[in-house]
Amino acid sequence: MNKRLSLPLITLLVFGYAFLYGPIASLIIYSFNESKLVTVWGGWSTKWYGALLENQQILDAAWLSIKIATVSATFAVIIGTLAALALVKFKRFRGRGSLSLMLAAPLVMPEVILGLSLLLLFVSMEELLGWPARGQTTIILAHMTFAIAYVTVVIRSRLAHFDFSLEEAAMDLGAHPVKTFFWITLPLIAPALVAGWLLAFTLSLDDLVVASFVSGPGATTLPMVVYSSVRLGVSPEINALATIIVGLVSLAVLIAGLVMYRQEKQRLREMN
Amino acid sequence: MNPSLSGNNPLAKLSGRGLLIGAPWFWMGVFFLLPFLFIIKLSLSEAALMQPPYLPFIREIEDGLVTLVVNFGNYSLLFEDPLYWKALLSSIEIAAIATLVTLLIGYPMAYAIAKAPKAWRLPLLMLIILPFWTSFLIRVYAWIGILKTNGILNDALLGLGLIDQPLEILYTPTAVYIGIVYSYLPFMILPLYATLIRLDDTLLEAAADLGCPPWKQFLTVTLPLSLPGIIAGSMLVFIPVMGEFVIPDLLGGPNTLMIGKLMWTEFFNNKDWPLASALAAVLLVVLIIPFVLWQHFEKRLEMRQ
Repeated sequence: MNKRLSLPLITLLVFGYAFLYGPIASLIIYSFNESKLVTVWGGWSTKWYGALLENQQILDAAWLSIKIATVSATFAVIIGTLAALALVKFKRFRGRGSLSLMLAAPLVMPEVILGLSLLLLFVSMEELLGWPARGQTTIILAHMTFAIAYVTVVIRSRLAHFDFSLEEAAMDLGAHPVKTFFWITLPLIAPALVAGWLLAFTLSLDDLVVASFVSGPGATTLPMVVYSSVRLGVSPEINALATIIVGLVSLAVLIAGLVMYRQEKQRLREMN
Repeated sequence: MNPSLSGNNPLAKLSGRGLLIGAPWFWMGVFFLLPFLFIIKLSLSEAALMQPPYLPFIREIEDGLVTLVVNFGNYSLLFEDPLYWKALLSSIEIAAIATLVTLLIGYPMAYAIAKAPKAWRLPLLMLIILPFWTSFLIRVYAWIGILKTNGILNDALLGLGLIDQPLEILYTPTAVYIGIVYSYLPFMILPLYATLIRLDDTLLEAAADLGCPPWKQFLTVTLPLSLPGIIAGSMLVFIPVMGEFVIPDLLGGPNTLMIGKLMWTEFFNNKDWPLASALAAVLLVVLIIPFVLWQHFEKRLEMRQ
């Protein structure tokens, strides 16, 4: 397995990664373009970043999106952790099949269906209960719902390697289950919680379709602003925004990768 | 220690178990399962100029006379108007072809990553996942700048003298295919990698020792053993692409008919919520078969791990 790759396979990987990263690179390069015509090179400039920082509509939308993503990711991690623990710890209970199905389906469900069905639920809820009003709240509830499914996958795969005898040992020594959970289980699965949170956060920050369905007047998220400006054609300000997002995400993934790498090394050391 | 405070208190255990199972079940039941009933309900009602824009199911016809009105008109319209049939068939066609192309590109890539030196595998995988974390909308948008008539690709090809006339790619089905393959490639590569990395190399060695040529080793050993990954990856692409909206809307032309885009138009432009619901219900029914297939092979993948 540790032989070197053959030349055709290396060539293939180079082309594959060029395909994945070429478009992103083009966005970044043209964000520094002086010319308003995105694909005509007019020299280096950072003026579109300045324009972006003065665009109040984009800034407001970005702030709203960050708030929604933070709240929905946090709650999604809480419920996703419960779901992952339930599915890993208990192999047999009534409703296990349906729970696992309901947690898998949102991963592939077309967003248009998710968005429309949630909107109809919210409209009926508002008629019957007077809550929730369409806007920030409904977007948070909707994002939580699909994020829970992703978070559960991440935490479940971490729990698959989890040694539950540690919990038993703590409880045999007299620790209350709640204390055991907060002192033993939680610190051990913390990296998965962080990874799950980040994933839920970016998914929420990125969502156009579901948010468009369930949102109400006044709640315009960042993807909605980007979408309406992109529909009118390419714009250098969007390129600048894209560059900032790509930069932040790469940084987060790099940090997460390093944390995971160190954890993995530590685990291997402990095993030896 | 007081036994009632001890960790093995059965009551505490039971309520813990109840919370673990109950909370996520309740949430997904209310916000994922229940809404489908509302789609079915709304698909059977009538659009109207009011807020929300449909007539209630149970309504007063005259003073005090209340009836339940079920309207199958939306479904009969879907069956009669060829537009909707064409959209459904063209969605299936686009999703199927795009899935196949994604597989043909993703399989060799997953294979190469699985065969790469051990120290390279994690970084190579991370690089596959990274684009998935950056905005989907923005990655689709990037292709507009590349594929435009006076975009990067045409400039490069004209500059190299490979073509005399700029290629018309943007707003054609080709652009939609490029967008789908590009956006969904990570979903194909990850499950394929998961099966290929667990492949027992001794099987290939045994086949080679018995005089089996490499291409035959691949066809008779590697390919069949990676089938769960192929199916799982294909379904992870096929199912969401069937309802894709952003890609056909931004990269496709007016002729690119897809059911997700049609649903969006019925909902946002025509304000016809009942018809959009009927379309969603039809799409759901169509997706049940690939969904069951996906679940089946996902379980097999899980068991192997």
